[in-house]
Amino acid sequence: MNIFVVGGGIRTHFLAKSMISKGHELTLIEEEPEVCDRLARNHQALVIQGDGTRPYLLQDAGITRCDLILALTSKDPDNLVICQLASKVYGVPKSMALVNDPANRIIFQKLGVQMVVSTVEIITDLIEQRLFLDDISNLSPIEEGKVSLMEIELKVDDLVVGKTIQAASFPAQSNIGCVLRGQEAIIPGGATRLEAGDRLIIICLPKYQSEVLKTIRGRLT
Amino acid sequence: MKDKYIIIVGCGRLGAHVAKMFTRSRNSLVMIDKDATAFSRLSEEYSGFTIEADAVEQDTLLRAKIDQADVLVATTDDDNTNIMIAQVAREIHHVPEVMLRIYDPSRAKIYEGTGITTICTTLLAAEAFSQALGSQEGVTAP
Repeated sequence: MNIFVVGGGIRTHFLAKSMISKGHELTLIEEEPEVCDRLARNHQALVIQGDGTRPYLLQDAGITRCDLILALTSKDPDNLVICQLASKVYGVPKSMALVNDPANRIIFQKLGVQMVVSTVEIITDLIEQRLFLDDISNLSPIEEGKVSLMEIELKVDDLVVGKTIQAASFPAQSNIGCVLRGQEAIIPGGATRLEAGDRLIIICLPKYQSEVLKTIRGRLT
Repeated sequence: MKDKYIIIVGCGRLGAHVAKMFTRSRNSLVMIDKDATAFSRLSEEYSGFTIEADAVEQDTLLRAKIDQADVLVATTDDDNTNIMIAQVAREIHHVPEVMLRIYDPSRAKIYEGTGITTICTTLLAAEAFSQALGSQEGVTAP
């Protein structure tokens, strides 16, 4: 894919590293000359110094060939304008913006930015989840956090151990996609009996996470 | 003309001047600027409210009662800020009349067709220059 990254400063370094290693073609647009120098020295990418909210600059950078644009500056209005220019004026198929003010996430979506990421929201969510969900061994948000995929290992004294999935009565808004037992992976049905040591892969809505955990452990940790 | 409820964002030279002209025509005005010292630019006869806050934050516009506004004018010195505020006012809060000032006219394509009025100071000045030149030479400006 041909990816444009606008702004982001030196944080772009790691992003660029990972994207280039995956075979994407990168164009980095940065205002700070020193940051540009560093990026250009370290990466096989086209680095352009300038204001990425200026249409002529995007045009010169070859935006018409771009498949995905990421707007990562520290100013929300700039990120909005970058994504809107890309999608409305230059027909870039996918745009993604970072917002600093979480309230702007919905605003950006209403104004046509396809993917909006609020770092503040992600970090606070993660902290909240960690606080009471210490025993979830793996947690990945899907589709910007609309759905969570989590892995929970069953302990001997858990309420659901020895019960069938049907009898354990998990919340309706959750689903056990898979039970990992030793080397085996089981796609469970209602009659599957849960054992201590099983690792459950559970898909659920984020707000039901604590309820799922309560069903398993019998308490909030 | 019926009295209107007008929100002006950005109390720079232009914003303050617009406020002064609108004050004369008996409208209710609210001026928003993130820097309180900017309000010193307002003329003495200005009788509207002032809000010291960043209008890019949604709470600020709600505090200014944007849902009741008849007109919003975005005159900060940053094109992108004006473009964002104008779009939020027009597309999300459905303010009937939204105007913004920009320097770089090429950005106006972003919000084409939304009914936002663009005042591009660069183009206005260029036109004024060319007209002045035209009238000097006795030819009409293109």
